[in-house]
Amino acid sequence: MYKIAVIGDRDSALGFKALGLETVFADTAEEARAAIHRLAAEDCAVIYLTEQLAQEIPCDIDRYANAVRPAIILIPGKTGSLGIGIENVNKAVEKAVGSNILKNE
Amino acid sequence: MARLNVNPTRMEQTRLKRRLATAKRGHKLLKDKRDELMRQFLEIVRHNLELRKKVEKALQKAHRSFTIASAVMSPEMLEEALMYPKQSVSLELCTKNIMSVNVPVYQFKMKSDDPAEIFPYGFATTSGELDDAVLALSQTLQDLLELAQSEKTAQMLAQEIEKTRRRVNALEYVMIPQLEETIKYIRMKLEENERGNTSRLMKVKDMMLEEQRQKNIRQDQEIYEAHCLSFEAKK
Repeated sequence: MYKIAVIGDRDSALGFKALGLETVFADTAEEARAAIHRLAAEDCAVIYLTEQLAQEIPCDIDRYANAVRPAIILIPGKTGSLGIGIENVNKAVEKAVGSNILKNE
Repeated sequence: MARLNVNPTRMEQTRLKRRLATAKRGHKLLKDKRDELMRQFLEIVRHNLELRKKVEKALQKAHRSFTIASAVMSPEMLEEALMYPKQSVSLELCTKNIMSVNVPVYQFKMKSDDPAEIFPYGFATTSGELDDAVLALSQTLQDLLELAQSEKTAQMLAQEIEKTRRRVNALEYVMIPQLEETIKYIRMKLEENERGNTSRLMKVKDMMLEEQRQKNIRQDQEIYEAHCLSFEAKK
């Protein structure tokens, strides 16, 4: 049995608590980094991370890119989407195909 | 293309030919793998992109309701309302094998099936916007999980495709031409040796024949001279 966690600032993550997801409040990159590593070491399979925090700790996210667990998924925070999530998908396409063939769809 | 640094012997040639056959078979297999991975990847990534747009829109809506709720209610009240969730989610993680890449498959289970269980608070002291926010979040949960699955899968496939493509290219443009070049070089060298050997033998044969001829001439000469001598003596 694995857990699902949400890392974000208080306002972005609090709502997920009602659904029974594990929520960790992090306001700084340092806190978020520590939380990710702690949750990855525990039995956490999916970590939702706000884009606002994610843009400050790309290295720590890349570290888990190859592992099956955890999957770190970026979600927009309360201030809205920064487009990093979509950008990452496009980057994956570019990496695999060589150029982004889905851009115009 | 540089050829390998090997001794031009027949044994080496046999060895290289065997390596070339293996390399060609590996190249074909890897190319097939790359093509299939690409097909799967494009399917997943298209789905992923759609899903992400949908989820981001839904989450933004939820955040909007939540922001209004937090404006209407005091932070302590909000905190208190959500402090002890009634619902809990657990996740079953299996892995699926796509062309020898292990990708995750999630199955999640809610602790209770009652849709009203997502509200862990009494309605008397909370605002309606909070209900909206929580409801919107719970409706996106399914999509969120699907997004996690497809995004992780896409990431892992992209990585694998990159790796496979690199290997295919290495085989196609470096390894195989190099081996072919080396085998050709050895063949040429061996043929050249063969020709050298033949012409040497011919030369040696000529020399031997010449020697024999000289010897015969000399013998004939001797016999002739002996004959002449005895003839003169008789006279």
